Amino acid sequence: MKRLQPLLPFVGVAVLLAVWSLTVWLRVVDPVLLPSPVATFRAMWTGMTSGKLGLDFLKTVERTIYSTVIAAVIAIPLGILLGSSEKVYRSVEFLIDFFRSTPASAMFPLFLVLFGVGDRTKISVAAFGAALVILFNVAYGVMNARKTRILAARVMGASRLRVLWDVMLLESLPQTFVGLRNGVSLALVIVVVAEMFIGSTDGLGQRVFEAQQLFDMPDMYAAIFAAGALGYGLNLLFLTIERRFVHWSGK
Amino acid sequence: MAGAQSIATADPARKVHDPTHRTAPHVTIRGLSKRFSDTAIYDNFDFDIPRGKLISVFGPNGCGKSTLINMIAGLFPVDAGEILFDGQPVSKIRFGYVFQNYREAMFPWLRAFDNIAYPLRLMGVSKAERTARVEKLVAHLGVKIDLALYPYQLSGGQQQLVSIMRALIVEPEILFLDEPFSALDYEMTLFMREQLQRVFMETATTMVLVSHDLEEAVYLSDRILLLSRHPARAVEFVAYDAPRPRTLETMSEADFISTKAHCLDVFQREVRKG
Repeated sequence: MKRLQPLLPFVGVAVLLAVWSLTVWLRVVDPVLLPSPVATFRAMWTGMTSGKLGLDFLKTVERTIYSTVIAAVIAIPLGILLGSSEKVYRSVEFLIDFFRSTPASAMFPLFLVLFGVGDRTKISVAAFGAALVILFNVAYGVMNARKTRILAARVMGASRLRVLWDVMLLESLPQTFVGLRNGVSLALVIVVVAEMFIGSTDGLGQRVFEAQQLFDMPDMYAAIFAAGALGYGLNLLFLTIERRFVHWSGK
Repeated sequence: MAGAQSIATADPARKVHDPTHRTAPHVTIRGLSKRFSDTAIYDNFDFDIPRGKLISVFGPNGCGKSTLINMIAGLFPVDAGEILFDGQPVSKIRFGYVFQNYREAMFPWLRAFDNIAYPLRLMGVSKAERTARVEKLVAHLGVKIDLALYPYQLSGGQQQLVSIMRALIVEPEILFLDEPFSALDYEMTLFMREQLQRVFMETATTMVLVSHDLEEAVYLSDRILLLSRHPARAVEFVAYDAPRPRTLETMSEADFISTKAHCLDVFQREVRKG
C-alpha cells in the first residue's frame, strides 16, 4: 500500500478523464460542445508543436512575465519602505486595500486611454493588479518580522538600516514569495482577459475566444488547458525558487 | 566571604564605600524607576552588581525580573534613574544578551557558524578574523556541534548554546541571560547548566541570569537577588559560595539545601504579601 502512495495525485486526474470519456461515450452532452479527451489532446499537441497555439502560449507567457517583473521591481522596494514604518503603512493602508479590491479589469478603459490599443495596456493593467498584491504582502512581511529577532540584532549593535537590511528584508522573504505567487496568478488572469477583449491578434485569451467564435471546440479546450498548465507551471516555478532561496520558510 | 549578604539600601553613598566589597561593583543602579501604564514596577530602585560573579534574579511572577535586565541592557528605556557600567553608559560597553526564545533570536537564514560571527560582522571585523575568532571560541568551550548546519536543523539545546556563543564572541564585559533554559526539556536543561557553568569558569564574565527555577538559580549562582512584588525592592542578596565545578551531588549538600530553603522562605513571604 505504501508503495502506491506517490500515485495518489493521479487518482483525481484518472477519475476526471474516465468521467469525461464516459460522458462523451454515453452522449450525455452534445459531442459538438464536448469533444473527447483524445480529440482535445490531439488538438493541443498539434497546436503546440506546429499550430498557432504554441505562439499564443509564448505570447501570454511573455506578457505575464513582463507584468510580474515590472510589478515586483516597483512593489518590493516600496513594500519594504512602507512596511519598515508601521505609521507610514497605516496612513496608506486604505488606498492599498481599496485598489487591491478594485477589479483590475475595471481599469482597462482608463489604461486604454493612457497607453492605446496594444501590449502596453495589457502589461500595465496586469502589472498594476499584481503590484498591489505584492506590495501588500511585502509590507506585511516586513511589519510582522519577529520582534525578538529585531531586538537581537539591535542588542548586538546593528543600526536601523542594518536591521532593515539584515533582518527585516530576510524576514519578509517568505511573505514576499506568497505575494509573488499570488501576483503572477493575478497577472495571468488579467493578461488572458485583456487578450480576449482588447483588440488582440495573439495570446491564449484570444485563442480561446477565437476558437469559441469558430465553434472549434477541441481547439478551445486545448487553449483552456494550455492556460491552466501555464498558471500551474508559473506557481510551481515560484515555489521551486522559494524552496531554494528561502530554505528556512515555515521552519 | 563575610558580609556578602548586602542588602540594597536607599543610601547609595554608604554602599559604594562598603568595605566588605572586595572589588568595585561592575554595574551601579541608582534611583531606577519604571512604570507600565499605572503600575510602578520599579520605584527609586538601587542596586550594585558585583564584578565577575554569576548572579541570578528571582522573584514573584510579574515583579519585573526580565524588565530589570532589559533596562540594564538598554532594551527598554527607563523612566528615571541611572545605570552605569564602571561609570559608563550601556552604549559604551560590550555586552551579550541571550534570549529565552532562541528560535526567534537566531537568524534562520544564516548557518550556525555565521550566526555566531554576526556580531563581529557588525563591528566590521574581516572575514578571516571572524572565522579565526569563532574557531577559537569553539575550541575554548569544547563545543561539539556541526556549525555548518542552519539553526532549525539543531536541537533546542544546541540552538541555545549557539546563541550563547553568539553573545560571547564579542568578549562581552557582562552577559545577560533571560530565562535561557526555560524552553528546554529537563534533560537538556541539566546539560545546558553544565555548559553555562563551564563558560562562566572559563571566561569569568559577569553574568546576570533571570530564572524562574529556584534550583537552577541557586545551583548556578554566586549571589541570588530576591525581588519583592512590584514596586520591586531587593529583599535580599543571598550568597552561595559552593566551589565550582558544581555537580549534581552539590544539590544534595546541606549548604545548597539550606540556601535554597532560605530563598524559598523569603520568596513565599513576598508572595503572601501580595
